[in-house]
Amino acid sequence: MKHLDEYRDPALARKLLAEIAAVTTRPWVIMEICGGHTHAIIRHGIDLLLPRQLELVHGPGCPVCVTPVALIDQALALARRPEVIFTSFGDMLRVPGSRESLARIRARGGDIRTVYSPLEAVNLAVQNPAQEVVFFAVGFETTAPGNALAVQQAARLGLTNFSLLVSHVLVPPAIGALLAAPDNRIQAFLAPGHVCTVEGLQDYEAMAAAHQVPMVPAGFEPVDILAAILLLVRQLEEGRAQVENEYRRSVRPEGNPAARLAVEQVFQVCHRTWRGLGEIPASGLRLRPEFAAFDAQCKFALEETGEMESPQCISGAILRGESKPPQCPAFGKECTPEHPLGATMVSSEGACAAYRHANRQ
Amino acid sequence: MCLAVPGKVVEIFEENGLKMGHIDYAGAISRACLEYVPEIRLGDYTVVHAGFALSILDEEEAAKSFAAWRELQAAAAREGVDLFGRPLADADADADEQE
Repeated sequence: MKHLDEYRDPALARKLLAEIAAVTTRPWVIMEICGGHTHAIIRHGIDLLLPRQLELVHGPGCPVCVTPVALIDQALALARRPEVIFTSFGDMLRVPGSRESLARIRARGGDIRTVYSPLEAVNLAVQNPAQEVVFFAVGFETTAPGNALAVQQAARLGLTNFSLLVSHVLVPPAIGALLAAPDNRIQAFLAPGHVCTVEGLQDYEAMAAAHQVPMVPAGFEPVDILAAILLLVRQLEEGRAQVENEYRRSVRPEGNPAARLAVEQVFQVCHRTWRGLGEIPASGLRLRPEFAAFDAQCKFALEETGEMESPQCISGAILRGESKPPQCPAFGKECTPEHPLGATMVSSEGACAAYRHANRQ
Repeated sequence: MCLAVPGKVVEIFEENGLKMGHIDYAGAISRACLEYVPEIRLGDYTVVHAGFALSILDEEEAAKSFAAWRELQAAAAREGVDLFGRPLADADADADEQE
């Protein structure tokens, strides 16, 4: 398929690998932020093909994985209510809260529906005026524009039975938090291609300059990732720290202005707790006060619950790039995609799931 | 939630006042909202996240990337430059210097 097959050309990939080997003279640590990149890297074995001196560490760019247990518990509390139709992307259904998951509530008869777009949840609210439809609004800068438009659409339609449980997170503050950690080892970032498609390059240029770390937004095919790694290693070897855009076919410097405007109109920046990273100031989005009627936390007066994560799960260290999945004693034993202990094994973008699906020990 | 695969716009229509489209992923058709890519046309390729098209893939930029990679692939062997046109570090020479 066009825009796909050409980026999977083995000859070109081999050439890029040779180039990377030729320019690498010492050890470097590169983090890929995005769960989509993690899966592509593990699926194609890219990390195994690179020179031994290059270490790729997996970052916190899986929205399912960083959603805190307290918020999952709020989702569960809503989903148990008889008047609620709870809607979510499929990734969230099997993520364990402190005691159970949305999937288990659904198995007991809870009205929980998987949607592929928040607009489907809006349509459900139109079709079910006697029910409350709640949409679990998780994700990074990529899903926020769609959720913003869903709220605007619900407002236009005069819906009073539609709301969002919001758990939006932003990538740049997380990068800042990782770099500020006293034991930080990350020297360069494979930047998230689709987040940059929405947000543009301005924030990343500022971060590259402030922290002196190279950043390269990349596409998601093997050739994209290898070309981006080559650009990063070049910069590291030459002592440069810039944003170089490998994913020019999708990422414009200004991003997507229409999407950014909608997000600004509907959401405002707030502090957000990340699973594995703790609270990061100004790292999330919440609904603006004028849209409070669409905020499930206000509407249903949801309370914070105590968090109880599995003591065996080391997903926090994995999300910080400190550990790799096989270093977890439960990996592949007590914790599998069929019986996950933590979100990194549940999500289609989680690092543990990526290793497990690729049979990597 | 995050679909990194580009799809081709095969139909554009309006629904509830929103610009929508059908996107073809090598035979599998799905719906997407096109409000954030208002200038999109039939036959364009797009990246969709959670039901929303976020960008129109730039054919010119894609072609440029490939032209550069292919040309430089050939040139690399002849001229000692990498795929981005920069001189390649001579690993052997470096090793000799260190000895």
